[in-house]
Amino acid sequence: CRPFKSISVFGCIKFIKYEVLALWQTHSLQDLRQQAAIASKVFVQRDYTSGTICKFQTKFPSELETRIEKQQFEETVQTLNNLYAEAEKLGGKSYLEGCLACLTAYTIFLCMETHYEKVLKKIAKYIQEQNEKVYAPLGLLLTDPIERGLRVVEITIFEDRSIGSR
Amino acid sequence: MHLGIDEPRECQYNQICTHNSSPMETPHSKKRKVKRKWQIFPGRNKFYCNGRIMMAKQTGVFYLTIVLILVTSGLFFAFDCPFLASNLTPAIPAIGGVLFLFVIGMLLRASFSDPGVLPRATPEEAADVERQIDAANGAGGPGYRPPPRTREVVINGQTVKLKYCFTCKIFRPPRASHCSLCDNCVERFDHHCPWVGNCVGKRNYRFFYLFILSLSFLTIFIFAFVITHVILRSNRTGFLSALKDSPASVLEVVVCFFSVWSIVGLSGFHTYLISSNQTTNEDIKGSWSTKRGKDNYNPYSYGNILTNCCAALCGPLPPSLIDRRGFVQPDTPQPAAQSNGTNTCPTTQLQSHMAAVTTPLLHAQPILLGGGPVLQPKPSVGGPCSALGPGQPSLPSSIPGLSCGGEVLALHDSENHCHHHLHHQHFISPEETPCAAHLGHHMPLYDPASQDSLHEDSVRGLVKLSSV
Repeated sequence: CRPFKSISVFGCIKFIKYEVLALWQTHSLQDLRQQAAIASKVFVQRDYTSGTICKFQTKFPSELETRIEKQQFEETVQTLNNLYAEAEKLGGKSYLEGCLACLTAYTIFLCMETHYEKVLKKIAKYIQEQNEKVYAPLGLLLTDPIERGLRVVEITIFEDRSIGSR
Repeated sequence: MHLGIDEPRECQYNQICTHNSSPMETPHSKKRKVKRKWQIFPGRNKFYCNGRIMMAKQTGVFYLTIVLILVTSGLFFAFDCPFLASNLTPAIPAIGGVLFLFVIGMLLRASFSDPGVLPRATPEEAADVERQIDAANGAGGPGYRPPPRTREVVINGQTVKLKYCFTCKIFRPPRASHCSLCDNCVERFDHHCPWVGNCVGKRNYRFFYLFILSLSFLTIFIFAFVITHVILRSNRTGFLSALKDSPASVLEVVVCFFSVWSIVGLSGFHTYLISSNQTTNEDIKGSWSTKRGKDNYNPYSYGNILTNCCAALCGPLPPSLIDRRGFVQPDTPQPAAQSNGTNTCPTTQLQSHMAAVTTPLLHAQPILLGGGPVLQPKPSVGGPCSALGPGQPSLPSSIPGLSCGGEVLALHDSENHCHHHLHHQHFISPEETPCAAHLGHHMPLYDPASQDSLHEDSVRGLVKLSSV
């Protein structure tokens, strides 16, 4: 009986691992975050050295040293910074949009999205894509900074439980 | 380990039984009532139209503004315009109408929009910041009072101090300030305007400026044409009979005369602020004045008046960070006053089961079922005041005196500023309502319905496990 039961336990665990992957596809990442074991969260703070524009520090947090390569992390944060810079860029296009909006007494935004909102959607897509391709396989999850008031990039570290341990 | 296999079958049945037959949870799961984020907003704001409109708590002076503008303009259109349209040109009421609509539009936009409120830190963030501060301060003796929490950052060559906000549990970004009246940190905080009934910050500064600019044009317009009207009438019928024929003109002239000085003065002041890219707050404190130091300059200025103006008025409009109409997610840390009773039993059963099988999927965290944040093992009570991080005393957020000195200064600053306006001392000190009482009617924040879906998922997993 005992060997049979231990085999079935391993079978269960394997099944559960597949279940995790299946859930990953069917449920949103948010649901998964609720269901998996959250070990800790790392916060990447804002970098104000260039003023009040939205920019995050590219300093590599020590808690992620064992999880992800420094270069990969820096690339993600740098891309995010570039996207936010694009959203807040002052140029002919943004001035045109501002003047047009003023002339229509800002009613134009009832039908049209602002440039900033368009870029925010791009950022959300980028983060989801990064989570799926890079971070989730490493047991990490990026939270879109807009959900934290553009204060921090929150990285949730999921505990990696190996089979032997209890 | 084999015990672990027998247990889940019993545990699983128990789990399902308690889950379904619990009298407390069934009515909630049927209702599935979700709250919008504005309903649990921790600041002292009023929301209307299901979160679309956001204003400060005291709006009496705003209604006065609306009444003054409507009455004066109404009288102008009713009594002066017919004469002017027939004797001079119909363009006068047309232009007046356009100006009036623009003024009202900008006023409503400035009053109803989010000024750029920064959402308060989540408990995990607050704890992380606390840890960093403690690490930076080092271990002091028991009687040692830690220095005020500041961070220094160099922006474009100028050293700027970022202050820590005790209410919002964040280090305020540069140019942000905590408004004591609204109890929020606001980005690029200019001042709290009682006439507009809202703070003036990053997101609504342009609307505020356009409002006062167009209002000064409207005031001057009405003043000029009412005087013209009275003069033209007195040329025909004499001064006293002219006044008798249109008595409203007297009232309009009086209102406009007193308004012109303050409104035009204010427009001029804000034009100067915009061209030098400063906020009222900074100007009053003299943050970038050369009197402070020879090398003191404004690091945010683009150097060019035109660029500064364009950036302030025509730059991209940042979105609201507080997402007032969003739905409250079940995993956001909220106090769970009643979660303690029914769920702890299934939690412990589930946890012991999970210890046997070691799977990340089905491990239920206290954060989920208990409803409290990970770092606080006990669920906390008292509304979003639980957002105050662990180890912090629960300060009612409405006591400005105990918070950073900067916040009190903001109150004084805005008082000084509002002497620009017509003499009034409207706002004195904010009401000191304890946080819990203020938000008492928003309880309960714990949403058992959404927790049930989590249970369901976990249980589904358990069911699959048992079928293997």
